[in-house]
Amino acid sequence: MKYWIGAAAVLVVAFLTAISGINEYFFYAAFVVLQFMVLATAWNILGGYAGYVNFGTAAFFAIGSYTGVVLFKWLNAPLAVQIVAAAAVSGLLGFGVGLLTLRLRGIFFAIATVAIIFIMETMMINWRYVGGATGLQILRPDVLPPFASYTRMLFAVMALLAVIAVSVARYVQVSWIGRGLRAIRDSEEAAECSGVPTLKLKLFACTVSGALMGAAGAPMPMYLSFIEPASSFSLNYSVSALAMPMIGGTVHWLGPVIGALLLGTIQQIVTVTISSEINVLVIGVLLVLVVVFAPDGVIGLFKKFVKNR
Amino acid sequence: MDFSFDLLLEALLFGVLLGCFYAAVSIGLSVSFGLLDVPHVAHPAVMILGSYFTYVLANYGLDPIVAGVVLMPAFFLLGILIYRFYYETFEKRGSEAGVRGLAFFFGLAFIIEVALILGFGVDQRTVQAAYIGSSLELGDYRVPYRMLVAFGVALVLTFSLTIYLSKTFTGRAIKAVAQDEPALRLMGANPVRVKQWAFGIATGVSALAGAMLIIVGPVEPAMDRLYIGRTFCVVVLAGLGSMTGTLAAGLILGVAESVVLMMFGASWAPAVAFGLLLVVLGIRPQGLFGR
Repeated sequence: MKYWIGAAAVLVVAFLTAISGINEYFFYAAFVVLQFMVLATAWNILGGYAGYVNFGTAAFFAIGSYTGVVLFKWLNAPLAVQIVAAAAVSGLLGFGVGLLTLRLRGIFFAIATVAIIFIMETMMINWRYVGGATGLQILRPDVLPPFASYTRMLFAVMALLAVIAVSVARYVQVSWIGRGLRAIRDSEEAAECSGVPTLKLKLFACTVSGALMGAAGAPMPMYLSFIEPASSFSLNYSVSALAMPMIGGTVHWLGPVIGALLLGTIQQIVTVTISSEINVLVIGVLLVLVVVFAPDGVIGLFKKFVKNR
Repeated sequence: MDFSFDLLLEALLFGVLLGCFYAAVSIGLSVSFGLLDVPHVAHPAVMILGSYFTYVLANYGLDPIVAGVVLMPAFFLLGILIYRFYYETFEKRGSEAGVRGLAFFFGLAFIIEVALILGFGVDQRTVQAAYIGSSLELGDYRVPYRMLVAFGVALVLTFSLTIYLSKTFTGRAIKAVAQDEPALRLMGANPVRVKQWAFGIATGVSALAGAMLIIVGPVEPAMDRLYIGRTFCVVVLAGLGSMTGTLAAGLILGVAESVVLMMFGASWAPAVAFGLLLVVLGIRPQGLFGR
């Protein structure tokens, strides 16, 4: 109950900020941070709880973006429809990836998900309708009241998506599904022998994780007014979505949230003050430092700190 | 796409040369991942690092191949360092190392990539040598010398590694550690030192492979992303740790890519390696010559 009051409070605050007079730039930056929060939370459902490392975040994300663009170009569909459709398509892709887990584990699964990025990217590059390799300009529709600008509206939408994603992850974690996924992470054979429906759970985790990533991708073309394969399918999304939960802590739903807030904010500051290359370097270095020195992330450090007092 | 037998033959010829090159860039991974089970996602990034060092040395007037050979000892040491670090932080701790080990190498790949961008910029780099840019005329066919050079080096690398692993004492020790690590421990040998040595060799070979890479074509820092697919495709298709399998798998990928290139155009080529990888993982994860 406490959680839901907190979540509602966050949403109200986000909505009020969006219609307040704060500098427009804040929303440009905050949108990206929230987007990474959705991606990191979604990644953690499969990667953190079940222990299947997914390098393919960029594929799910970009397929979400492209679904949105196709619907927009074809039917002029409103943003909400785009997001739902993107979640459905990426969820379907997630289901397909889930079938791969039947035979593949560890690095084989991880490499297979990288393969999906490049195959999808090649398909989009060769699809003229969505602009091919050169990309597609998108004319944003008019903004809905009470928002003063489209970016503000997208910020509010992404805040809603973030709350939904975190709520789903929290539900998965505290319910029997989460227990089953943790059992799979610790020993898949033992889990199967103890009667955990491993395949069903893995398929569920892959589908939900993929759907959330796709939903996060749908508003992106609207945010940029542009879509293009190389940047949509960039492995930078994959490494961020993996680094944020690892840095925050993978065992708890708060981990990816902390990681995304921390890393996302640093990224925004670094991108503005130094350069976007350094920003990838920061992710890489922090990721390596954390997996080496603080294997349980910020949450692990915090627990240790509390215990030692 | 009009089809002709002549074109197909040319594509096959080019595919064989390209395939040997792919085998050369994958053979390091075949040792580090295939034999030692290290999830070395950063292998292509280390190779690109080799390409850039080759570029630097070539600017001092050194022949790229010589530069690659000169770099091998340094990369051998680098490999030992990487493995030592990986062992101390992940392998020794055992359980759950899988996720973090993968994250570690993924992060390492990005660090190398960005370091190269910061050092050299995002532009493509090339090297100059007598055999780059000219071709051998064989009747109607033209074979670029740079592909022939890569072809030759690839064959030498593959055969010397095959012989090294099957005939020498340390080579057999490496194979033994891949087969049964506890048994090696029971015999009084130290598997960590053997693995460290093997990882060093794998990384040293990557330096030469990196030199091949910049001989065959221009190199840019972000190229490692594409080569994750190609190298892992070859190693998995080969069957983990099989050297002759690596050559065969390289040839299959090379021919497949070159035929797709001819029939559908360059924009489809990057998907070939990844598609083949997915098919192999789905149908026959143990590869063609699986152990």
